[in-house]
Amino acid sequence: MIGTIASQAAGRLYAAVMNLPERPMRWAQGHLPDGRLGWLFVGPNLAIFAVFTFLPIIVDFYYAGTGGTNLLPTERPWVGLENFASLLACKDYFEPNSCVRDQFWYAIWNTVKFVALQVALMLAFSLVTALVLNRKIIGRGFFRAAFFYPVLLSPVVVALIWKWVLQRDGVLNAAFVGAGLQPVEWLLSARSAFGWTVFVSIWAHMGFYTLILLAGLQAIPADIYEAAAMDAAPPLRVFRRITLPLLMPSVLVVLVLGLIRAVQIFDEVYVLTGGGPGSATTYLVEFIYNTGFSAQVRQYGLAAAASLLLAGVLLVLTLIQLRGMRAKGSSRG
Amino acid sequence: MLADLPLRITLAAATLAAFGGIAVKAEAADIRIACYSDGNECPATKILAERFMKDNADIHITIDEMPYKQILESVPVQLAAGNGPDIARVSDFGQVASYQLDLTPYLKDPAYWQTAYGPVLDWMRTGPDDHGIYGLMTQLTVSAPIVNKTLFDQAGVPIPAKGATWDDWAVATAKVAKATKTPFGMAWDRSGARFSGPAISEGAKFFYSAGHPPMVDNGFKSMAAKFVKWNQDGTVDKDVWVSTGGGYRDAFEEFANGKIAVYLSGSWQLARLQKQIGEGFEWVIGDAPCGAGGCTGMPGGAGFVAFKGTKSPKEVARFLDYLASEPVYAEWMVMTSNLPANLDLQKKKLDYKLTPAGIAAMAQFQANAATLSPLAYKLQGSAMSRPMFNATVDRISQAISGQITLDQAYERITSDVADAAAAKNRK
Repeated sequence: MIGTIASQAAGRLYAAVMNLPERPMRWAQGHLPDGRLGWLFVGPNLAIFAVFTFLPIIVDFYYAGTGGTNLLPTERPWVGLENFASLLACKDYFEPNSCVRDQFWYAIWNTVKFVALQVALMLAFSLVTALVLNRKIIGRGFFRAAFFYPVLLSPVVVALIWKWVLQRDGVLNAAFVGAGLQPVEWLLSARSAFGWTVFVSIWAHMGFYTLILLAGLQAIPADIYEAAAMDAAPPLRVFRRITLPLLMPSVLVVLVLGLIRAVQIFDEVYVLTGGGPGSATTYLVEFIYNTGFSAQVRQYGLAAAASLLLAGVLLVLTLIQLRGMRAKGSSRG
Repeated sequence: MLADLPLRITLAAATLAAFGGIAVKAEAADIRIACYSDGNECPATKILAERFMKDNADIHITIDEMPYKQILESVPVQLAAGNGPDIARVSDFGQVASYQLDLTPYLKDPAYWQTAYGPVLDWMRTGPDDHGIYGLMTQLTVSAPIVNKTLFDQAGVPIPAKGATWDDWAVATAKVAKATKTPFGMAWDRSGARFSGPAISEGAKFFYSAGHPPMVDNGFKSMAAKFVKWNQDGTVDKDVWVSTGGGYRDAFEEFANGKIAVYLSGSWQLARLQKQIGEGFEWVIGDAPCGAGGCTGMPGGAGFVAFKGTKSPKEVARFLDYLASEPVYAEWMVMTSNLPANLDLQKKKLDYKLTPAGIAAMAQFQANAATLSPLAYKLQGSAMSRPMFNATVDRISQAISGQITLDQAYERITSDVADAAAAKNRK
């Protein structure tokens, strides 16, 4: 009896709570012209987007046109395009030391090299791994989880783990010494440190891209492979003529996402090498961070200008991705 | 009804008293201190703050302990946004200079501060025309070579005596490293301030007659060339300056683990030296190495500075007055094993609770403090010292790693400092 009453009371309370929006919604339906009701639903989301995305972009544009070291916009002198001019002032763009902002150009070229190498290698490794994990091998589930596991780790954790491995008295050198070899200065030479930042980044992110490619591989109809097998097509030709063309949409996604992520590289490298030795592993985002937030004299305007240039690159990459996705959609449709 | 009256009055009075009490408590001035520790500075300050609060119930002090990097990077932004602490322990006064509160009108006896802390008050000032009192140094530090005497003894190499040059030290430490199979002779903290002491000893002037940068002269170049060479030939541990791209890095762990014979750091390491090394090996403090420009380390230290944004300037000043009073300051220095910035206390013998090695080290640091060059004091107090230090570290690191030549490094140091000065002065 008591249970029934309690149940009914709870039901009424639930109904009352669920009916709360009814009256304002009826009022809105009655008073808002046709088609405007949708704004009511997307309004909160748009407001959040405006405050946390569009407003910072506008502020960034404003800061890029100002100079000095004051933080508050009202206290910053307007300098127009001076920050961009300073960043782009160079006798020879391929020789950073001939530029006014040499660190910016070191960062640019480091980033270009990093992106080219990291994305190419990561795509290759992800593709090979996906192809292997798509086969019926023993322990397939375990290997799929093992390759994906680093993706779950925080970039800082990833960098710290590899720092313990690679530092002068790290695990790798301990193994070398144990084997009677000389320890190697992995993070003290520019080339070696650069190589390790590429490797660590691939190690950390490869699982995610492997997963995308694996999904792409599994979406390829099995009957095509059966037909190829009946024609006795060699495996390499099957890969070139069937797998790769049908996997291209997924490859494109991996390529563009990988490119965007590689351009944005910061946290892992910041913890692993701090941008050193010298500025051999200083990438663009770290340059922006150092200029705007880490240096004693904080040049917010310069950092904002550099971030807008970076945003331009990311915009181009995003447009490529959108175009690729559209092409993929129209080819299906 | 009348009979009820006393009870009601009592209740009302009690209620009023209770709310009144709350009101009084709510009026207690809250002071937030952003603090970082080299050793135990924040816990020691907390003990003194608790004692102060017992005698000053109208003041409530909260000490937020945070890493040094956070003080450097976050506190200036918080202050700019009008949301900073009331007091912060900072070592880079130039970065917060525009937010500092002149405590002079609020202090009990500003003349005492001028007499007791005169020379270091300049470090917090913006220039020669500024006579404000902005804070209290929590320590006076002096850089000096810290020597692994056990390694020198094992190698049979005498520790370079007073008057020995940096070249003598380099030769001696290289001999020790070779004889004892220690990886490196020396390591210097990755810090522009640390480099500046040897550079001044080598003859660097840092300021033109007008008092502004550029700073690269023959003395600076001479020490930079030597330091790069020592890094490249293995006399100095390259890892400290090269393995990281930005910011400060100390070499204490290398020294504590016996991987270097001499460590150029400073008096703030005393607590760690005692705690981490203890009797693991014998360590002593060396005399300031010499050069063509003299024999000097670098002075430095951190201080509690008050900020304009505080709602309780009088209370902030009262707390700093308390810390600055000679007996409390002396106790504080003993608790933290720091050299006092108080001139009277510098002449007195403080009863440090140190091991015999610690007492000997403290005496040597004090002796080295007496030989500090006036130029070193001027450099430390300059508003441009940090941009100078940072440019030095960035560019010399690049030269060590072979990314740029020394001549390119000199050009870049000059342009970096000029650029920072221009940005700072742009209104």
